[in-house]
Amino acid sequence: MRLFGADILPLAAEHIVLALVPVLLGLVVSLPLGWWAWRSRGARRVLLPLTGVLYTIPSLALFVVMPLILGTRILDPVNVVVALTVYAVALLVRSVVDGLDEVPSEVMTAGVAMGYRPLGLLFGVQLPLAVPVLVAGVRVAAVSSFSLVAVGAIIGQGALGTLFTQGFERFYTAQIVFGLVSILVLALLIDALLMMLGRLLAPWAAARAPQKAGDAAQRSSTREQGEAAQRSSTRESAV
Amino acid sequence: MFSSLIAWFGAPAQWSSASGIPVRLLQHLGYTALAVLVGAVIAVPVGLYIGHTDRGRFLVVGLANGLRALPELGVLVLFVLLLGLGLTPVTLALMLLAIPPLLAGTYAGISGVDPAAVDAARGVGMTERQVLFQVELPNALPLMVAGLRTATLQVVATATIAAFVSLGGLGRYIVDGQAQRDFTQMAGGAILVALLAIVLEVALQGLQRAVTPGARRARSGSRPPTPAVGTSDVVTAGG
Repeated sequence: MRLFGADILPLAAEHIVLALVPVLLGLVVSLPLGWWAWRSRGARRVLLPLTGVLYTIPSLALFVVMPLILGTRILDPVNVVVALTVYAVALLVRSVVDGLDEVPSEVMTAGVAMGYRPLGLLFGVQLPLAVPVLVAGVRVAAVSSFSLVAVGAIIGQGALGTLFTQGFERFYTAQIVFGLVSILVLALLIDALLMMLGRLLAPWAAARAPQKAGDAAQRSSTREQGEAAQRSSTRESAV
Repeated sequence: MFSSLIAWFGAPAQWSSASGIPVRLLQHLGYTALAVLVGAVIAVPVGLYIGHTDRGRFLVVGLANGLRALPELGVLVLFVLLLGLGLTPVTLALMLLAIPPLLAGTYAGISGVDPAAVDAARGVGMTERQVLFQVELPNALPLMVAGLRTATLQVVATATIAAFVSLGGLGRYIVDGQAQRDFTQMAGGAILVALLAIVLEVALQGLQRAVTPGARRARSGSRPPTPAVGTSDVVTAGG
């Protein structure tokens, strides 16, 4: 499909890959890191502020610095993928810690009494119960990833973001609006899919969520969950 | 690579010319301050109103969530095409990014104030205005500053992109470096932007701690209070 002199479908496919691969990689990295930070006070004290600092670095700067750190070429898509993975990790380590914090200690004790070893307890009890918080974190990471990929267009790696740079060079408003709408729609679709996945994995959370929304404002420890609760209670699928 | 970076930072012209680092830094800070200020003028009164009356809560949640998927680059470029080159479209686009976290922080701060304190204030005969400004506002300050922090980081990151639409600021080095295939300049700019963001984050964290009374600080542990309404440091990774 050709629009505005560019092949849209490959650009969209590239956008989806560039946005979602980092989230997957980020989740894989965050699970052990988050578990470690949850278990060890020392690790938590180091990891959480560190992820905060990483998250602070503006994306364009991170894209540009990547070749220095990785030894890649400037126009290598790996730069964007690694940079966005860093953001995903920065978000998701916190989510993993919060998710594991949410598991009631009685449940863990019961698990131990039933004969679960630490690893079995993690995969059989803790992670399944952490799913609602994890999914909320993954949704935030995925959706912001979609808008961040577009920034890569400034350094020649932006997938659908090239619609913005080209549209600007040609003074072509329609192209820019089309780019905005298509990125928004893609992000919303992925968000909806992730929300449904979360419901499938943790059907009890949706039923429990609306009551939690009220006191969410005061509870910073469960803010991702409060956020998810508010979304589902207002049926606000709009990211 | 590193030696050329050191040479780039060390060149005397870099610190004295009209396109030197101090000038670019001040421009960058100027765009950021202007956008956050204009955003606050709009968001804080609205947030105070919504928090005090609890009317229009959906607006806060919807805005905070909806922004995350919006690609900053697209918004910036669109505003410039619609309004022409210059400071106005850039300020408006950046302001748009500052409003949701400021609004959510103000709202969450006000609505999170202990209802018993508000009732007591009414009980001793305070007018609604006194309740808002003498009871709710001081209690909401930590979360309002958290919103300010998120907004500032979001804006300072996206102000980097302003160079793409012909403004100054530290992004100039990245965009010009890209055009001239001068990677040293790009990396130098990226490092400056990252440092600026980190310094601002640390400063605002300090401010947030300064306005958080001791009792609350102890209760919330090592964690800074963060607005729960889908904002927090989680809103969007830097533009």
